[in-house]
Amino acid sequence: MTAEEVIRKNRRRIRRAKRLNRSRAGNTILYVLMIFCGICMALPLILIVNNALKPLDEIFQYPQKIFVRNPTLENFSDLFVLMNTTWVPFSRYIMNTVIITTSGTVGHVLIASLAAYPLAKHDFPGKKVLFALIILSMMFSWQVTQIPIYMIVSALHINNTYLAVILPPWQYGMGLYLMKQFMEQIPDSLVESSRLDGASEWQTFRKIIMPNVKPAWLTLAIFQFQQMWGNTGTAYLRSEQLKPLQYALQQITAGGAARAGAAAAVTLIIAAIPITFFLICQSNILETMTTSGMKE
Amino acid sequence: MQMYPESVNLAGKKEWSLWRRIKRSKTSYLMLAPFFILFLFFTILPVVVSIFLSFTYFNMLEWPTFIGWDNYVKLFLEDDIFLIALKNTFLFAVITGPVSYFLCLMFAWIINEFKGKMRAFLTLIFYAPSISGQAYLIWNIILTGDRYGYLNSLLLKLQIIDNPILWMKTEKYVLPMLIVVQLWLSLGTGFLAFIAGLQTVDKTLYEAGAVDGIKNRWQELWYITLPAMKPQLMFGAVMQITTSFAVADVSIQLAGNPSVNYAGATVVTHLLDYGMTRFEMGYASAIATVLFLLMVGSNKLVQRILRRVGD
Repeated sequence: MTAEEVIRKNRRRIRRAKRLNRSRAGNTILYVLMIFCGICMALPLILIVNNALKPLDEIFQYPQKIFVRNPTLENFSDLFVLMNTTWVPFSRYIMNTVIITTSGTVGHVLIASLAAYPLAKHDFPGKKVLFALIILSMMFSWQVTQIPIYMIVSALHINNTYLAVILPPWQYGMGLYLMKQFMEQIPDSLVESSRLDGASEWQTFRKIIMPNVKPAWLTLAIFQFQQMWGNTGTAYLRSEQLKPLQYALQQITAGGAARAGAAAAVTLIIAAIPITFFLICQSNILETMTTSGMKE
Repeated sequence: MQMYPESVNLAGKKEWSLWRRIKRSKTSYLMLAPFFILFLFFTILPVVVSIFLSFTYFNMLEWPTFIGWDNYVKLFLEDDIFLIALKNTFLFAVITGPVSYFLCLMFAWIINEFKGKMRAFLTLIFYAPSISGQAYLIWNIILTGDRYGYLNSLLLKLQIIDNPILWMKTEKYVLPMLIVVQLWLSLGTGFLAFIAGLQTVDKTLYEAGAVDGIKNRWQELWYITLPAMKPQLMFGAVMQITTSFAVADVSIQLAGNPSVNYAGATVVTHLLDYGMTRFEMGYASAIATVLFLLMVGSNKLVQRILRRVGD
């Protein structure tokens, strides 16, 4: 009897066993624990939302309170007024951010996955060395490599172009490592049968590998989006026309106390975009693994 | 005919010459190329340059001058603060590393019990400190040193203390408080990887396990879930090492750099002090190299332990 047949025959018993696994007392403890911890973890979000809704007198109130008493949208209208006073049209910053964040995220997920596939499923000379390099690279403090990277960016003559902020993030080792770990779980037989069907390696990658590691690349997209979105590009982008939204927003809030209200609104906006992206990706992770392709 | 890279079923034929194997693996190399070419330029080369700089005196204005092992000698024999920083970093890593690893795993596992939108929402809540940007702000409010600080006013109300405590200015509280905040912050990369990893565990394994006499959640976790997501566990461990040995932001934001009597100093705050404030890039590179070796060593250790999961 194969495992499948065993399962088919014992379905009712399994179902009862599964129900026994989840006791009511266990569930209650879980809920209470999750609510308590959840409140602690959500504090920064709660504070950011409340701050954005506080009128100026409440922002400067001492001692500081977390919750707003007289919510107002003043901060946002202030911010919109300030947006019209920037050096280049504000839409330009938005466009720059869209270009940088999209290409940085999509490009990284693509080339990291592409490189992860042979590392996980092929056997070729140099495989172990390349993988070890990835792991080792993650352990070197990025703070001291910033100056060498700057010199290399200048030497490649891509300084003050989009490429200067897009290309370095494309090769973050973590992304490759994450993808490789997930691809390792795909059964070899699945890859083999795809080859026997006459698919090329590129087709196998696209049709078998990537759909099976959807949770991985959605998660990687979250990380990378967050990174790219937070990038102000100040070291590399000197022309005002190239600078991203993050930079413009920070300039607006650098105005000191007079702009504290607008600054609170900015903080909310800066957090809201990656959170939206996060929720879209996370809810897509859920629907993926109903496939039966993983069975051997 | 399609040329396949030397795949699993061909791995036995090792008598091929190296050159033929390389030629045979053309597709593999093509797939690796885009990433690794960039990797060479923006990671390998900069790291090699930094390690080279660690043997020089380099103030970022003049050309670096070669001084041999001087930076390293100074680091271990003359720099008392580095030794404090090293001790603090070890404490941080030994406590926050394993604890936050288990927290990540535990919360990911619990959240995995929920379905649909609720699951995505809970994931967001627990990932909030990593995504909302201003995570430290809340702790500045909680840990304010006067009696209006949330923690002080709570403790005063409960009559546990008589006078407000300057949390971030009192030597003995700095490190424990920083560790608490770091733990709170630590549901990041590893956590999301576990969440995704739990999704890829083959559901039929659970059914088969139920037949085999798995009785409760704990057995299910140890015998089925954890072994099935070993690759993610490895990934999480590496991420944990790289973050807990490199703790710096939390210390600088809450305790300042330098902190009171260097109570919150870590290897990376020390590195930043030399690299960004004193412009001694050679010395900072030496610190980075030492930290690198530390992380590599602990990684070896942790990977050895993790291989035993589910045995």
